[in-house]
Amino acid sequence: MHLTINGERRRVDRALTVKALVETLGLDPRKLAVEHNRVIVPKSAYAAKRLSEGDVLEIVHFVGGG
Amino acid sequence: MPGPLVIAGREFNARLIIGTGKYKTYEENARAAEAAGAEIVTVAVRRVNLTDPGKPMLVDFLDPNKYVYLPNTAGCFTADEAVRTLRLAREAGGWSLVKLEVLADQKTLYPEMEETLNAARLLIKEGFDVMVYCSDDPVYARKLEDAGCCAIMPLGSLIGSGLGILNPVNIRLIVEQSSVPVIVDAGVGTASDAAIAMELGCDGVLMNTAIAEAKDPILMASAMKHAVIAGREAYLAGRMAKKRYADPSSPLAGLI
Repeated sequence: MHLTINGERRRVDRALTVKALVETLGLDPRKLAVEHNRVIVPKSAYAAKRLSEGDVLEIVHFVGGG
Repeated sequence: MPGPLVIAGREFNARLIIGTGKYKTYEENARAAEAAGAEIVTVAVRRVNLTDPGKPMLVDFLDPNKYVYLPNTAGCFTADEAVRTLRLAREAGGWSLVKLEVLADQKTLYPEMEETLNAARLLIKEGFDVMVYCSDDPVYARKLEDAGCCAIMPLGSLIGSGLGILNPVNIRLIVEQSSVPVIVDAGVGTASDAAIAMELGCDGVLMNTAIAEAKDPILMASAMKHAVIAGREAYLAGRMAKKRYADPSSPLAGLI
């Protein structure tokens, strides 16, 4: 299955939830926000939210800025 | 300094807010925040680095439990982009106090006031507490306050320019008419600029480049802390009247 994550097209082996994807990517879920097809996924819904072929995800966090 | 700064019902002792961009390292940034005595730091919202998730992260150096993170919308040129960014910020951080800035063009980074006002209305409807970067136009400043913004943040001069407070008359007009805090955001170059902003009656100053690009950012952060305190105290003390001629400080009676 293919996903677009932060503008990058990526292949993932199997059907995933947001929770599994975040873990696979080695990210700390406490420090980020996930947008799924332009809709924000609340942290409480990571485990339930299943991803499908062609989904577009944005995963953001805080960086230095003025 | 008598009295705290109150923004959206939250009290702060420090009136200097600093940015977290342009520092050589997050470690230097953390030392500057300490030296500035800052309680609020602005942060940007960006895509995580997927190729190197182990890279140093801001939260590892500036503890979000110690500093209030104020997410910004730097780099947004439309209301839609800004609202989208801050919805993500609220999810990432779990708080609703934000800094809205919608910019007009890359060359000046001047605030796009029509889009800024549209974005502010949308965000306030969604429950955000909006501190708003704006032009020094008192008319738009009033509209933003009427829309429900919790702090009005006019530019002293262009972002990152270090040109100081170019229109003190307008800043003063905004201070006089506002019943929410007025914070000069952008343009401060050195300590005297920060003091001038505070002497005009502003409630605080927000800066990034003036500290981050100083030769010694830690020392400049300390200078800015003192300048903001000095300016605030001078404003509260009430300056003497200006006179056209000399007025001796020593008595004239008893001269030999």
